[in-house]
Amino acid sequence: MIDVKGLYKSFGDHEVLHDLNEHIHPGEKVVIIGPSGSGKSTFLRCLNLLEEPTQGTITFQDQVITDPKADINLIRRQMGMVFQHFNLFPNMTIRKNITLAPVRTGLMKQEEADKTATELLQRVGLADKADAYPGQLSGGQKQRIAIVRALAMKPKLMLFDEPTSALDPEMVGEVLDVMKQLAEEGMTMVVVTHEMGFAREVGDRVLFMADGKIVEQNTPELLFGAPREERTQSFLAKVL
Amino acid sequence: MEAFTSFISSFQTRFYLAFIAEDRWTQYIEGVGTTLLATALALVLGLILGVLVAVIRTAHDQQRPNHHNPALAVINGIAKVYVTIIRGTPMVLQLLIWMFVVFTFSRNATAVGVFGLGINSGAYVSEIIRGGLMAVDSGQMEAGRSLGLPYADTMRFIVVPQAVKAILPALGNEFIVLLKDTSLLTVIGGKELIYFAKGVANRTYDQMFPLLGAACIYLVLVMIFSWLLGKLERRLRQSDRR
Repeated sequence: MIDVKGLYKSFGDHEVLHDLNEHIHPGEKVVIIGPSGSGKSTFLRCLNLLEEPTQGTITFQDQVITDPKADINLIRRQMGMVFQHFNLFPNMTIRKNITLAPVRTGLMKQEEADKTATELLQRVGLADKADAYPGQLSGGQKQRIAIVRALAMKPKLMLFDEPTSALDPEMVGEVLDVMKQLAEEGMTMVVVTHEMGFAREVGDRVLFMADGKIVEQNTPELLFGAPREERTQSFLAKVL
Repeated sequence: MEAFTSFISSFQTRFYLAFIAEDRWTQYIEGVGTTLLATALALVLGLILGVLVAVIRTAHDQQRPNHHNPALAVINGIAKVYVTIIRGTPMVLQLLIWMFVVFTFSRNATAVGVFGLGINSGAYVSEIIRGGLMAVDSGQMEAGRSLGLPYADTMRFIVVPQAVKAILPALGNEFIVLLKDTSLLTVIGGKELIYFAKGVANRTYDQMFPLLGAACIYLVLVMIFSWLLGKLERRLRQSDRR
């Protein structure tokens, strides 16, 4: 579904990603772990071009998105993204947050978008919040809404950038539950996270990144159970 | 005691001469009218220019790397020069140049003055707006774009409405500064409040009362507008709390 070849990214003189090559298959759940500053968020943000790669090609469903002529808006409509800090639009109601993009991009008429929003909100148990503003919600509720907002575009792929890192501990569970539900429905997911339990339970494949490279990758059982690389072993020793 | 009564009577005479004799108060009213009209017109011109320049400069700065538009770069350069020159030279000098170097054929000093004020205000307004746009969390732009919304839509529905809250109070301040700066029109012969006050002073050979009178009028005007702005700001803050 996504193919990454020879991806480099530098901020000025500082190289953040070094020659990444990766392929993500439809329906696959890929979890990226690693120490902070390892480039995992930057890698994720390159996938929908929120960060422009310095070098390399990214192909999404046979379309080279790193091509300067590619229509980035069309491509992004097919990839949902969930941010660490939710980034809900504080000037709109929850319903408007969810329906703005589907309606403006011509994907749906307003009534259809409203119906979709209601259905999605019911799924995450927040149907009563449709007319509330983001400022009235808890962190966990905001993040569930952010997931719904991305899903309203009917994406083929969901990117999660540390979705639970800014949450109070007691709210992490409710967000992970929504993500697990999504995984069970067969959504293709790329998740950057520090939740090792989630990685183990949901991930088909876990990538361990350090210093801008994918140091090691494997199924969760093998990566957590029998890490080969010393760098992976020392990281896992600290977090598990 | 005698000195006091003579002071009182001379006060009355001077006050009478400055404001009441020959219906001179109507001249102050006319001056205030011109001052307010000049402020409003300059503000409108300043706003149009300011929004335009702010949009150009923000759009230029937020382009994706490797997707730079050469035409935009040129316009952005012009906008930058405009802001630099206007902010880097005294307003009085700008007015003198408009009046006596550029529009030498014009006899309507007030109109030229309003034009000069508007051009001047535009540079400051553009920086106010740009600052407000940049103060909106960059995650908002990212969230909008990640949903596939084009840049213009994201600006219009997400960034601008949030920036307005930061911009409006600062724009109010600019309005008050502009109100007082219209007094500079007098330097090129614009017929606003100070022009009439000076006229009365010259005819009655008394500077104190007309000038203090004009000062009082400015003070009252500024206090009224400050009070209105305070109300507006409280309103905006309330809508933040919902």
